[in-house]
Amino acid sequence: MKVLVPVKRVVDYNVKVRVKADQSDVDLANVKMSMNPFCEIAVEEAVRLKEKGTATEVIAVTIGPKAAQEQLRTAMALGADRSILVETDEAVDSLTAAKILAKIVEEEQPQIVMMGKQSIDTDNNQTPQMLAGLTGMSQGMFASKVDVDGEKAKITREIDGGLQTIEINLPAVISADLRLNDPRYAKLPNIMKAKKKPLDSKTPADYGVEVASKLKTLKVEPPAERSAGIKVGSVDELVDKLKNEAKVV
Amino acid sequence: MSILVVADHHNSELSPVTANVVAAAKAIGGDISVLIAGESCQPAAEAAAKLEGVAKVLVADNAAYGHQLAENLAALLGEIGKDYTHLLTGATGVGKNVFPRAAALLDVNQISEIIAVESADTFKRPIYAGNAIATVQSEDAVKVITVRGTSFDPVADSGSAEIETLDKATDAGLSSHVGEELVASDRPELTAAGVVVSGGRGVGSKEGFETIYKLADKLGGAVGASRAAVDAGYVPNDLQVGQTGKIVAPQLYIAAGISGAIQHLAGMKDSKVIVAINKDEEAPIFQVADYGLVADLFEAVPELEGKL
Repeated sequence: MKVLVPVKRVVDYNVKVRVKADQSDVDLANVKMSMNPFCEIAVEEAVRLKEKGTATEVIAVTIGPKAAQEQLRTAMALGADRSILVETDEAVDSLTAAKILAKIVEEEQPQIVMMGKQSIDTDNNQTPQMLAGLTGMSQGMFASKVDVDGEKAKITREIDGGLQTIEINLPAVISADLRLNDPRYAKLPNIMKAKKKPLDSKTPADYGVEVASKLKTLKVEPPAERSAGIKVGSVDELVDKLKNEAKVV
Repeated sequence: MSILVVADHHNSELSPVTANVVAAAKAIGGDISVLIAGESCQPAAEAAAKLEGVAKVLVADNAAYGHQLAENLAALLGEIGKDYTHLLTGATGVGKNVFPRAAALLDVNQISEIIAVESADTFKRPIYAGNAIATVQSEDAVKVITVRGTSFDPVADSGSAEIETLDKATDAGLSSHVGEELVASDRPELTAAGVVVSGGRGVGSKEGFETIYKLADKLGGAVGASRAAVDAGYVPNDLQVGQTGKIVAPQLYIAAGISGAIQHLAGMKDSKVIVAINKDEEAPIFQVADYGLVADLFEAVPELEGKL
């Protein structure tokens, strides 16, 4: 079976982002970009499915600028067989991304689409669910364990207060939560090999999807700064402040 | 404006976050209905009918909705959602699972985890793990929104809405529920708790966390932990508060033996009141704490528990 793994190029998780002075967005000039951490987990899970013999081919796909090729090369160094870049310099909202991915699903007919549960830039947590909705596939979101068995998969999901296990029909969209696996590091020989793996370049127009959004970002501001409060000298003083000043106990 | 609040519930019980979501709906303004889709969910419906500001409670009681499976619930919302200007739910495990699928079926975007309502079509939401706040405006016919419950004060339960049966049943036949492993606890859920007591590396051991649990129980709160405490194996990883763990914003957050790494601060800095107890007076946690106490947590935490 084929596994499709959509990945996203985002600000590296170690970068402390700053808001631009004109409040139009965060400043992404000259900051380190990486593969979204949740997408790395998804790539790892897909590659493990191939290593187990469950999957026969792993295809990485990304929607983004030309530079997002780097993330596809990373995915291929980690074990993806080939990749597709849907190139656009515009900001693509979740619904548009899901529409493009739905077309790729139609073409490639994967049994599993394995994705990160959310990207750490927009923090939307939407695209996998939307893709499942648009294609009519079943969904196994926020997975911490995936067991594929023939035409079905058993998914252990992180829910509020614990774990839930569901059984879903394939084809399905599965989204990776933090504890699904520990992604490997790419080894140098694999990084070299990845340079020779096939990478197809497409545009949203090739899939008949127009990049436009009904969701506009009016401004982006830094969060309210929290200033240091006071030091109290004793537990008694703390109790007094909590009761009489903050009134929270 | 007609708003449908999709309630988070456990059939026999309404989740407290629904009262916060109704508050967000009131901030938007308009007729507010609440949907309870579940199985044997009359008790949840009765609780929802008491929420102030709610005009009508719709009950879709069917086995297909018993375990809140996304495919079935989203199909229901895709069908009835067109009749509303806004669909709202809490940014809970169920809300995050179901709502984007429903939005796609309605061919609209979703506005995730709003923290403020500016107008009926404009909202504020955190991006980059709360390191920036975006103001977004939606031109979609139906605004599909998840709400961060802790950002809205819950409405009172002084209302008395009518309860109506919604005769719908959609079983997509795509998924089934196998089982659940819930952490058996009388403590509130971490992200919904009004009080959170967290421990860090300074707690030193699994046994040391008993002190943290006792204070949390005294305050009726939840227990959290820093990544360092989780990595050291003192507590299970679902207690982790931080950028890669749970984002919490309780009324009172007590950090004991936590130094205050950026990773951790991202998960708790929106708490209303922060108390830090740490031996090291240079610990960065003191820079965000409203009340800091430089002390050994093993002395200060039990003393605090005794005096509250």
